[in-house]
Amino acid sequence: MMEDKPRHMESDNVTIDFPISRRDFLKVTGGGLIIFFSAGVLPAQERAPRRGGQDLPTDFNAFLKVGADGRVSCFTGKAELGQGVITSLAQMLADELDVPLDSVDMVMGDTDLCPWDMGTFGSRSTRFLGPPLREAAAEARAILLAMAAEQFGLPVSRLTVKDGVVSDKKNGGKQVTYAQLTQGKIIEKHLAAKPPLKKVSEFKVMGKSYRRTDSLQKVTGQALYAGDIRLPDMLHAKLLRPPVHGAKWKHVDTSALRNDPELLVVEQPDMIAVLHKHPDVAAKALSLVKVEFDIPESDLDNQTIHKHLLAVAPKAGEMVSEGGNLKEGERLAAQTFENTYADYYVAHAAMETHTATAAFDGDRVTVWPSTQTPFPAKESIAQALGIPARKVRIITPFVGGGFGGKSFNLQAVEAARLAKLTGRPVQVMWSRKEEFFYDTFRPASVVKIRSGLDDTGRIVFWKYDVYYAGSRGADQIYAVPHHRETAYVHYTGMAGAHPFATGPWRAPGNNTNTFARESQIDIMAAKVGEDPLAFRMKNLEDKRMLNTLKAAAAAFRWRKAKAPSGRGYGVACSMDAGACVAAMAEVNVNRASGEIEVKRLVCAQDMGIIINPDGARLQMEGGLAMGLGYALTEEVDFKGGKILNTNFDTYEIPRFSWLPKIETILVENNDVPPQGGGEPAITCVGAVIANAVFDAAGVRLFQMPMTPIRVKEALTKGKPEK
Amino acid sequence: MEIIDLKINRKPVRLSVDAERMLLWVLRTDLGLTGTKYGCGQGHCGACTILVNEKAVRSCMMPVKMVAGKEVLTIEGLAQNGVLHPLQQAFVEHDALQCGFCTSGMILTAYSLLKDNPKPSDSDIIRGMDHNLCRCTSYVRVIKAVRSAAISMKSGRTA
Repeated sequence: MMEDKPRHMESDNVTIDFPISRRDFLKVTGGGLIIFFSAGVLPAQERAPRRGGQDLPTDFNAFLKVGADGRVSCFTGKAELGQGVITSLAQMLADELDVPLDSVDMVMGDTDLCPWDMGTFGSRSTRFLGPPLREAAAEARAILLAMAAEQFGLPVSRLTVKDGVVSDKKNGGKQVTYAQLTQGKIIEKHLAAKPPLKKVSEFKVMGKSYRRTDSLQKVTGQALYAGDIRLPDMLHAKLLRPPVHGAKWKHVDTSALRNDPELLVVEQPDMIAVLHKHPDVAAKALSLVKVEFDIPESDLDNQTIHKHLLAVAPKAGEMVSEGGNLKEGERLAAQTFENTYADYYVAHAAMETHTATAAFDGDRVTVWPSTQTPFPAKESIAQALGIPARKVRIITPFVGGGFGGKSFNLQAVEAARLAKLTGRPVQVMWSRKEEFFYDTFRPASVVKIRSGLDDTGRIVFWKYDVYYAGSRGADQIYAVPHHRETAYVHYTGMAGAHPFATGPWRAPGNNTNTFARESQIDIMAAKVGEDPLAFRMKNLEDKRMLNTLKAAAAAFRWRKAKAPSGRGYGVACSMDAGACVAAMAEVNVNRASGEIEVKRLVCAQDMGIIINPDGARLQMEGGLAMGLGYALTEEVDFKGGKILNTNFDTYEIPRFSWLPKIETILVENNDVPPQGGGEPAITCVGAVIANAVFDAAGVRLFQMPMTPIRVKEALTKGKPEK
Repeated sequence: MEIIDLKINRKPVRLSVDAERMLLWVLRTDLGLTGTKYGCGQGHCGACTILVNEKAVRSCMMPVKMVAGKEVLTIEGLAQNGVLHPLQQAFVEHDALQCGFCTSGMILTAYSLLKDNPKPSDSDIIRGMDHNLCRCTSYVRVIKAVRSAAISMKSGRTA
């Protein structure tokens, strides 16, 4: 009989019960050179928000440690969700420190060991964490050089470093390693001034393609995710769920489970759970619980949702950007265009469902959640359990996909509560049905655009109102003299709007905003009989965007034609997370079935200085292929608070067979610091397909996803464009 | 409870289990082989794919009683003596993964595919892999990896 060997998730010499103090940090991580940073070093976007007049703790923040064994530890609150920061952050550190990439160990998302971090989202890791991380490494390098200079009795200028070895420029035999320099010492330094960073021309590790450093663990099944944590006496919990959002149970009868000594039943006013050492046995037992629910009435569904959302929307929105005077713009316009665009709810559908494992040791709880937000998870758990935050430690294992969906930590709170109530380690792993039920969907949304052209085909005004999607990607990218962009209601929604929770979804808001904006641009170009690429170039001034469009056009071999040309070519561009994106597509529309076949997708991206070119391409490819889902099929079906999709049979996400020929172009731009890479490419996919469909078939789709039914409807109606 | 004898990763195993339970959960919890993942529980996504007598099977839909006397291979058993299987090697070389959650199932589905068809065309690969889902959408790289693994396996580079 094969033994059931419990595995403990402990990184190296770090134990579970680890009280947070600098002394203990040093004890646990061992000696060496440790670079701490003060809060002021972080850019404002990454600083802890003030809560109740108090800053969150920022005094205990080590970025990196050069160990006496020559290994370099990088401490970051970011999580590895698949986006590859485990590799790119290590590249930045290795380069500034002049050590080999494989000597860097990433310690990620551990709230006891890593500096406070708001979360892994918004394509921020490289943009905002990159600079201070590089500074910490540069600082460490300077300190080590000074130590070597003292040891050799030579000026620093005489020394050079390669692969963690300091040597005398004039006497190569005179060498000392970083490890030797830090041996037996504990050196703490605070990063205060900004040390000079390497120029692009000096990069050795950055700017080069490295394979993912987590591949070996992932191809052998050794990579641990939240559901792979095994602790002695651990129980798997299955929780009683309502069939409909907002439903409350009236009567619950768990008597059928009373006679099974292996089962544990937790009954709380707001939580009923069945626990067993095997999750499938717990799930089967839960199905024996008899329960009656009070189910709220609601007539909201996919047909009525947009009307409802507009009806309850507030009159005032958030001004996103503004210029000139709309009235003046209207006066200058030779023709005006007014259209409404709409999106439906979309699921995150990461392959890993929300999962968390929690275990108490004394009064301290350690939780291993699948999360994009380890530090907020710590706060939520502390609050739910009524214990101080310092009594909670989050260790973030590998996360099986996030896309914005793993930001709220409900499952982590459930696991922690159950661990407290049962006194045993508890794992909560949502079923796929629970995942589709408790997902914080990308909101259904509406965009209204009124725009105008003068008699030379220049855009003279643009009034843009986006409801429920959020402001990202709503700001003006074209050179429009008179414009106003307004966003009504954040993507997290507001009371009385959505029948269930909504939240961020890869490049939140921008897929919706780019679909609407770029469709409107195409409509205007078609009306004046101009090639859609030429029309964009004429109305753009941003040099980066113009360059990016040119790069895409060259790769696509775009030839001028006014739409609809019958070729099925489309173009769209966007700005996201500081990156410029231009996409071109070739599609075929099956008039009989309404199906859209995407044959080619070309995408050019200027994301400033690129840390890992191949990693960046992988993110672009992933974004483009994933985007096919929200563009073509993904729509959450619901009736009131009931989610009708419970699995991948009715909720279709992109597959191998959907793949168009994908081509990615990295537009070199070393004048701009590194920008976002995980999200931008996905933003153009809906728009570029909609525009290609118009070019192919002469009909305009105003709603996403562009399902065969909607395409056929459009073909039948041949909806005229205003 | 029933006694089920089978081989898992080339080792004989005797299980004393409710034989109606799905193999996925027995692997993951009773045996601690967590490389096999739960993705959907209904056979739609392929994250739980394992090999039974060298054929790709969805372990979330496979009662334990069905594998009595058979040879089960999970991702943990694919590399031998520390040497990666050519498919694992190809997935590493082509960065054919992102979050990695679907990877075990992708590799084992590809293993079965190459067993049946050692010289697949790209469209054979796409057809053979089409019921394995990857939300990070590393599909382009997976196709490349399977194609290159097929070539290196043909040239005798086997684990």
